[in-house]
Amino acid sequence: MSADPTPSPATAPDEATLPGSPAQPRFSVGGLVRHRLFWPLVALVVLLVASVLKSPQFLQVTVLDGHLFGGPVDILRRSAVLLLVALGMTLVIATRGIDLSVGAVMAIAGAVALTQIATSPSPGSVTTVTTAILTALAVCLLVGVFNGFMVSVVGIQPIVATLVIMTAGRGIAMLITGGQITTVTSAPYKTLASGFWLGLPVAALIAAFFFAVTAAVTRRTALGVLIESVGINPTASRLAGVRARTIIWTVYVVCALFAGIAGILQSSNIMAADSNNAGLFIELDAILAVVIGGTSLAGGKFSLTGTLVGVLVITTLTLSITILGIPVSAVSLFKALVVIAVCLLQSPVVRRKMRARRRAQSAVPVEVAA
Amino acid sequence: MTDAAATTSPAGATSPGAPVVEMTGISITFPGVKALDGVDFRLFPGEVHALMGENGAGKSTLIKALTGVYAIDSGRIVVDGQERAFAGPAEAQTAGISTVYQEVNLCDNLSVAENVMLGHEVRRAGGIDWRATRAAAREHLRALDVDINPSSSLSSHSLAVQQLVAISRAMVVDARVLILDEPTSSLDADEVAKLFDVVRTLRARGVAILFVSHFLDQVYAISDRMTVLRNGRLVGEYRTAELERVDLVQKMIGRSLEVLERLEEAPKPQVAERRDATPYLQAIGLGRKGSIEPFDLDVYPGEVVGLAGLLGSGRTELARLLYGADRADTGSLHVEGDPTRLRSPRSALEHGIVYSSESRKTEGIIGDLTVRENIVLGIQAERGWLRRVPQRRADEVVDQYIRTLGIRPANPDAIAGNLSGGNQQKVLLARWLATAPRLLLLDEPTRGIDVGAKAEIQRLVAELAADGMAVVFISAELEEVLRLSHRLAVLRDRRKVAELANTDDVTTDVVVDLIASGGQQ
Repeated sequence: MSADPTPSPATAPDEATLPGSPAQPRFSVGGLVRHRLFWPLVALVVLLVASVLKSPQFLQVTVLDGHLFGGPVDILRRSAVLLLVALGMTLVIATRGIDLSVGAVMAIAGAVALTQIATSPSPGSVTTVTTAILTALAVCLLVGVFNGFMVSVVGIQPIVATLVIMTAGRGIAMLITGGQITTVTSAPYKTLASGFWLGLPVAALIAAFFFAVTAAVTRRTALGVLIESVGINPTASRLAGVRARTIIWTVYVVCALFAGIAGILQSSNIMAADSNNAGLFIELDAILAVVIGGTSLAGGKFSLTGTLVGVLVITTLTLSITILGIPVSAVSLFKALVVIAVCLLQSPVVRRKMRARRRAQSAVPVEVAA
Repeated sequence: MTDAAATTSPAGATSPGAPVVEMTGISITFPGVKALDGVDFRLFPGEVHALMGENGAGKSTLIKALTGVYAIDSGRIVVDGQERAFAGPAEAQTAGISTVYQEVNLCDNLSVAENVMLGHEVRRAGGIDWRATRAAAREHLRALDVDINPSSSLSSHSLAVQQLVAISRAMVVDARVLILDEPTSSLDADEVAKLFDVVRTLRARGVAILFVSHFLDQVYAISDRMTVLRNGRLVGEYRTAELERVDLVQKMIGRSLEVLERLEEAPKPQVAERRDATPYLQAIGLGRKGSIEPFDLDVYPGEVVGLAGLLGSGRTELARLLYGADRADTGSLHVEGDPTRLRSPRSALEHGIVYSSESRKTEGIIGDLTVRENIVLGIQAERGWLRRVPQRRADEVVDQYIRTLGIRPANPDAIAGNLSGGNQQKVLLARWLATAPRLLLLDEPTRGIDVGAKAEIQRLVAELAADGMAVVFISAELEEVLRLSHRLAVLRDRRKVAELANTDDVTTDVVVDLIASGGQQ
């Protein structure tokens, strides 16, 4: 780190055309700008700064009854659901797949859990809630097994295979709730989304826990690199002895499980199972978060940290829309503008063009260096 | 070093007048590498000019400099008497320079006509006149004596025909310079002959053809002149008829003839004497419908069994059955005498059987992963995902194989997809050797790689067998199979037709006869 703080022009020319030399991690402004998470982080900071300018107490964190409150805590709490869904989505996308059914799976999870609690004689007991959650997750596991089977064994394209549950899932959830919006009163269940532990929102802690577990399992074991190798070249991976089919199957199961947990958090937040609206369009936000985080939809290399940043950007965006007082009718457009800006700044084509321009401006030293 | 003086005037009978392409003093530097260093190159109308050199000699860089893929640092490129610097292959094509690459760059799911005419469709009133387009495609194909239905789907044709379609496509723009980059690496002898007929037709029409191939026989069969490169420098320009093969190879590899002699004069391996031992692998009536007819095959430890046959004779299919990549539907397999069912590559791996595929890019290398990850992948797959190969063990294995196999660049963190063909092959070998296999199935391990690397891989195979490994060796080059194998299995039309010990009286002619007669003599 201490060695070379000057952004020397010699490091600027095309690392892209040089085979076999990954950019050396070295401190330089150019290197920082080129980092794949640079622009998403800039977007995050810009959104936060804009919110603070508009509403100065936004970033203030206050302690109330031993709990933390304030903008940042709110962002974390609200990110939990999307982060869980996006984690599973990252792994699925890394295998060249996609899972459109996550929103419907969330609806199913909420419906199963709340129906159980509602029909139970003691909705407030921890045992009831635990059983309800486990049942809901078991159902999600089955859905994941179905998705994985369709993709890895039957060989249906992921987008089509998961479309089945995307469409049918909400119907299943409706059947479970009998077409009603099931509401319950259950203190332990409410804790999941609204509770605090050690001063932090329980929902954020749950999401953080699963983020850490996923990161550890993929990077401490060989699972991560095997997922990547299957995503990059499934045939070669199979011939190398990798159980490609099992790995693909597994990621769909994991994705459905995470979506199920997200569905439980979401239903706990409103204490109701709304089969029509639970997790509606969340698959698109999740895919977006993954892409903003730098994981390619073409499969292969994935980054969980990137996905985390992507999720934070999207949640902050949604929050700051309210704070900035953007009219409801313009919300979708505003969101789209921010997203397209981040994606453009990340696109290899745009980055190459920008680099070429920078180089043209400082043409003389670069010529010497080249 | 440069003995270009050997041919001051190349203007032989076939190349009169001024060169259509003249490149002088071309230099290209990539960060850290001087890819081309003051290279001169001339191409005359109506000649077939072979560009020779080992992997990394600068052949593709020179081609890419000509077609505008790379910008040159210094030097001049003169096409038709005008100095040019193309911005890209499209611009070069407009100027009459077309390229056909090793991997056919066509659209499988389109028709032949659509492929030939892509971007040059006959237009009428804002739309495409398909009837006229098909007719034009037919004309272009006919001009090369390719008689196929332009409406048929491209994927319904063999690779060889697809190659001819690619050439037709290149000629649509009325190319005066046609660059053929390794066009024959996937073709069998008949198909090569057909391709060469087309090349001769074009030559007679005055097209200048730049031909790149690793097959010396083919270079000598078709080329009029050749330019030899080594390590980015020009070695010289020669008339093919005046340059002995041995001299050519020496110029290409720039070392003594030692390697070559070992290649050409090494005695045949001693026929294995351990007939009484149990074979490591024994296939009895093993077969798969539509893939290969039932066959028997024994492979003993310490023995190389060569599979000889033309492309499509079932060599690869046979190996895939032995590896469990395809499931057999008849017959049985015994590993060390025990009946075994191989349901997947993974189960073969557990039995110490590994298979290196003929398609490095699509079935071998994981392009975006590093050399280290690619090498470790085999051991990792064997251990399962839960037990990660410890970092230190991985480093040891990777360092060891990079060193012993001479993988270049010797950088474990290099992206495998960026390595040259020969080095990718070595990475694959390293992946398999690291798993300490008992039976090595090698499918075309030396295809498309240079003479030096080829010799190294052959030596390695011989050493591994001497150390007790069982090897099944597949190659389109009969000489290579004969040089390495203790025993030969001859295949034809997806059937094993003969098996023989590779004694001194077995020559390529003998094997060719066996293939031709289908083993019935």
